Amino acid sequence: MQTLSFEFPAGQPPKGRALVGCVGSGDLEVLLEPGTAGTLTIQVQTSVNGAEQRWQHLFERIFQEQTPPALNIDIHDFGATPGVVRLRLEQGFEEIGHD
Amino acid sequence: MRGLQWFNALSAGATPVQGLPDSLQVADGQLNGQSVRFLAVVTDPNNRFARARNGEVGLLEGWGLAKAVDDAIARGDKRPLIAIVDVPSQAYGRREEALGIHQALAAAADSYARARLAGHPVIALLVGKAMSGAFLAHGYQANRLIALRDPGVMVHAMGKASAARVTLRSVEELEALAASVPPMAYDIDSYASLGLLWETLTVSQIEQPTADDVARVSDCLVNAIKDIDSADLSGRLGASNRAASSHVRQLLREQW
Amino acid sequence: MTDWLNKHSFVELGARQRAKALLDAGTFRELIDPFQRVMSPWLSRQGVVPQADDGVVIAKGSVAGLPVVIAAIEGNFQGGSLGEVGGAKIAGALELAAEDNRNGIPTRAVLLLETGGVRLQEANLGLAAIADIHAAIVDLRQYQPVIGVVAGSVGCFGGMSIAAGLCSYLVVTREARLGLNGPQVIEQEAGLDEYDSRDRPFIWSLTGGEQRFNSGLADRYVADDVVQIQQTVSALLQQGAPEQQRSRRADFYLARLAELDATPQIDPATVRALYQGERS
Repeated sequence: MQTLSFEFPAGQPPKGRALVGCVGSGDLEVLLEPGTAGTLTIQVQTSVNGAEQRWQHLFERIFQEQTPPALNIDIHDFGATPGVVRLRLEQGFEEIGHD
Repeated sequence: MRGLQWFNALSAGATPVQGLPDSLQVADGQLNGQSVRFLAVVTDPNNRFARARNGEVGLLEGWGLAKAVDDAIARGDKRPLIAIVDVPSQAYGRREEALGIHQALAAAADSYARARLAGHPVIALLVGKAMSGAFLAHGYQANRLIALRDPGVMVHAMGKASAARVTLRSVEELEALAASVPPMAYDIDSYASLGLLWETLTVSQIEQPTADDVARVSDCLVNAIKDIDSADLSGRLGASNRAASSHVRQLLREQW
Repeated sequence: MTDWLNKHSFVELGARQRAKALLDAGTFRELIDPFQRVMSPWLSRQGVVPQADDGVVIAKGSVAGLPVVIAAIEGNFQGGSLGEVGGAKIAGALELAAEDNRNGIPTRAVLLLETGGVRLQEANLGLAAIADIHAAIVDLRQYQPVIGVVAGSVGCFGGMSIAAGLCSYLVVTREARLGLNGPQVIEQEAGLDEYDSRDRPFIWSLTGGEQRFNSGLADRYVADDVVQIQQTVSALLQQGAPEQQRSRRADFYLARLAELDATPQIDPATVRALYQGERS
């Protein structure tokens, strides 16, 4: 298990918070909460060691498409593929947008 | 055989309760002038259920304990119940699962819990193994848990071999982990650090208790009965190694 | 497998969604929600990733207007195993429900059971929590029914199968399994001839929901359907205590077991025949 931290430029914080996913095999849990304007922080606890670069690249690809809201994101990962990580993050952003 | 030895020693001169499976020893005796009921699960080489011949708690034992405890409740005198615990495991077998061993063990836990709520002091005396479902059915509903301090006295959720298989570890890895994680350890001192025991006692001959051993344990049982001040299990909370259990309850109460 | 395509499947729902589905619309209120991050103090130090709610959802609300607390176990996290925090959440909620009743508030409880039992990484603290849960069910049952639901897909095993046996009523589906010992452990302890953990039809035939219901070891057999499960739970909550608690029928079960020839290996039909007729 490894704990990783990331930080990205962001817009304004949203009002709501959201929880998506579950720490089940091949899945992950994502908790999204309003952060400080301009900054997106991500804490990842993952069962897969040595994957820091892969997380970094994945996040960069997702956030370069659109500036994310200012959030504090906690991820508890149980071996999710990049596709599942992206899906869960998009679900989370959508749920926050609904609030 | 420790369970039987301690049962015999503590219940000397007591009246056996009839009509129960041979794998149960139950007797009404005296402790410091007070009428008490002693209960033990023992080996029975002729048990009709082959996978419960070595002291395991199986179908007959679960339902039989329930009957023995219910019978004590029905007497209405709130006599203390002393569960002598030396149970290597629940019974593992096809007949057991098919016939609902979970329901038999539920019956035993149900009866012990109702006895406690009805005002019977319930004490569990751990003289050997107190494993998993077997302990849940016979002893874990007691107001007070007392353990003899000995390498053969242990409380655990699963035997080492099975626990290793289920957690995908080797037995050696499991033992190494257990040494640093108190709830995973198999020794009674680690267990004591969780705050679940009321008392631990050292005796001179745990396999064949001496008169002095029996006197000391009897004193301890009497004190445990006197010490009981509530019908619930709150006395088990408070140890630093079980702090989250208290913290969660406090938060629930605040948010209820 | 057709259930998977059914948008009303209960089994497919996570623990939190299950709890919401059973409560009257708009009444769901979670206690110690995941954002409070009350997580296992034992998993991370063993290199196991924790979950924010430790795999247990406690929700208060109402069912048909009656005050209810639901404890739902998330079977996808660590096999629904109970550690210190998740176990204390269930035990503590049941204890407060009993206290409510002593104070004149008729809080009832529903347990959504998807669990392999004790979480072995927290072994003795899981076991102790399960003993607390047993104690609390028996206490609360004095005042109000406690409903257990085993929907699937994990099933209900270990010490929590004993908890299921203590419930006032037990609801199962075809996807449910209920047994004390997990198939792997029985095979490990007793051998392949006794129990083949990879033979799924064999295991379902002995411990599946349909067999348990037909043997009188469960009270309601329902489809994997949100509406049917909700209505069944609601009806049982309004029904009050059963005439006779299954776990208090020692004389009946001892008499039946005495009639059994325990020498040959057992099959499902024998169990049904032995226990049938108790359903009056």
